[in-house]
Amino acid sequence: MKFSGLIFANLFRKKVRLLLTIGSFAVALFLFAFLAVVKSAFSRGTEVAGADRLVIASRVGLMQTLPISYDDKIAAIPGVKAVTHNHWFGGVYQDEKNFFVQFVIDPENMRKVMNEFVVPDDQWANFEKDRQGAVVGVKTAKRFGWKIGDRIPIKNSLYGPTKTWEFNLDGIYHNDRPGGDENQFWIQWKYFDENVPAGVKSTAGWYVLKLDNPDDAARVAKSIDNMFANSTYETKTETESAFAAGFVKQFGNIEFLIESIGMVVFFTLLLVTGNTMAISVRERISELGVLKAIGYSDRSVLFFVLAESLVIALIGGVLGLGLALVAVPVLGAALNGLLPSLVLSPAILSLGLLVALLVGGISGLLPGIGAMRMRVVNALRRV
Amino acid sequence: MGKAAAELPQSKIGAPKMIRVDGRGNGNSLIQVRGLSKTYRRGGEEIQVLQRLNLDVDKGDFVGFMGPSGSGKTTLLNLLGGLDVPTQGSITVAGDEITHMSASKLTQWRARHVGFIFQMYNLIPVLTAFQNVELPLLLTKLSKSERRKHVETALSVVGLPDRMNHYPRQLSGGQEQRVAIARAIVADPTFLLCDEPTGDLDRKSADEIMSLIHRLVKEYGKTVLMVTHDPVVAKQADLTLHLEKGLLVEGGPQRQEVAAGGVA
Repeated sequence: MKFSGLIFANLFRKKVRLLLTIGSFAVALFLFAFLAVVKSAFSRGTEVAGADRLVIASRVGLMQTLPISYDDKIAAIPGVKAVTHNHWFGGVYQDEKNFFVQFVIDPENMRKVMNEFVVPDDQWANFEKDRQGAVVGVKTAKRFGWKIGDRIPIKNSLYGPTKTWEFNLDGIYHNDRPGGDENQFWIQWKYFDENVPAGVKSTAGWYVLKLDNPDDAARVAKSIDNMFANSTYETKTETESAFAAGFVKQFGNIEFLIESIGMVVFFTLLLVTGNTMAISVRERISELGVLKAIGYSDRSVLFFVLAESLVIALIGGVLGLGLALVAVPVLGAALNGLLPSLVLSPAILSLGLLVALLVGGISGLLPGIGAMRMRVVNALRRV
Repeated sequence: MGKAAAELPQSKIGAPKMIRVDGRGNGNSLIQVRGLSKTYRRGGEEIQVLQRLNLDVDKGDFVGFMGPSGSGKTTLLNLLGGLDVPTQGSITVAGDEITHMSASKLTQWRARHVGFIFQMYNLIPVLTAFQNVELPLLLTKLSKSERRKHVETALSVVGLPDRMNHYPRQLSGGQEQRVAIARAIVADPTFLLCDEPTGDLDRKSADEIMSLIHRLVKEYGKTVLMVTHDPVVAKQADLTLHLEKGLLVEGGPQRQEVAAGGVA
């Protein structure tokens, strides 16, 4: 384009300012990408939740357990295809920082309900036979360099005095849902039940059931909650996605928090860039006046200002998002287990670029309109 | 405006021509100004800068405008260049009446017909001499190679063919003004408007610039309207008109010299 020389020459007029403005964009877009990745990580549980699954937890909250006897009663409700139960184990492998999710599972029914978790049959068979057996997600196995047959000591203080539980690694699972969790560590309920204090024996943390037909979700949930109404252990049954969303909410309103920070970043960037563009235009009013005098239209002047602003936004945006592309996997690895997998998706990258261009466009618009409306005679007087 | 008919002979460009300021031109003039007034409103006060001016300028004329500060010289130049609109009256250039053109039409008209030369050169500091001169051509449909040819020619005319890759900061004031002149002539405009073209230059550079402008008039037949308050510079115009309190008056020093036998 024949005007590119003029646009780029003006861009590089104040190199330090250009670098700082591009830097602001890059940092802001990096932050944007990171926040979006965290937000998406928190909501991924909801996105990958099965539409045909219900979760039954205590009406009081997740910390309250339910009797294991509910298992058969739930399974007997028409429309329920299979039921399984889980418990939170909450142990520590070697060091507190080596956090990963550990669930006590029911091997008999687990795969009937949670069929996205794929474990080779021979490994699963070994696990079922081995009371001290464990199955781990491929990511956690990779993280700690575990292989089948390894003995894994997990220190636990949630159930009685602190003691080390030892498990044999019998299987490694993959998740066949895109973005699905591959970090969990599963142990057998029977072994758990034998070793926990009396108050925890014969309990489940929560139940998960699979429906014959997702359309029956409301009816089955109502039947379960009615069945245990007015008992010592009342239940709250909800779809798995609602349960996942509720779980995320335990951390506070993450979505609101992230969106608020994102908006602050957006407006700060808008003010910074808008101010820079306004200064940049003000500094060369007379030059823009000369351009108009020699025949450049008002729209051309607006175009030049907008083009500069958009180029800054584009370069800064690409840099920031590029930085995020490199940094997110590193941060994800550093936070492994504390947050669900951090994935910088093409959708987030596209949205980031769109936000950058939007900020660039808006911040260039006001000074550009000012330059467009400026009278040549007044501009030339400012030489 | 003194006498109604002020017919001033031009002694420098071929056969004597008549610059008329009485509004009775023959209708064939390149520039015809009729009843031109400009009033500014400052606060609650109206300031009449120009009062019912008439002027006829033919192709190839080199006219200087002199006058004290605030006499309306630059305002007149702005009006003639289509940078400002008059309160009353009309300006017709090469048959086009510009006073009623829309802003966008006027912009296009300026690009085609007017070459501006400013006191402070007004080059874009981040562009080379070549790029500065090329600016008006970017608005045309000329190809890149054609633009290059035109720019090289313009820079050769002003004597700076070897400075085309220099930035304004690498040039002297006189050289900057030469580049500005090259920018003004590169698109071959109908006329040139010079606002104190030597106002920021030393005498030697000023003389060089004036001789260049003279050459543009003599060799290339350019029509030049120049504002100056330097009598030495004004003398170089074929004819100088005086603006006083918004009126074009005859009988200034130049007028007397013209009457006495021409300008040296």
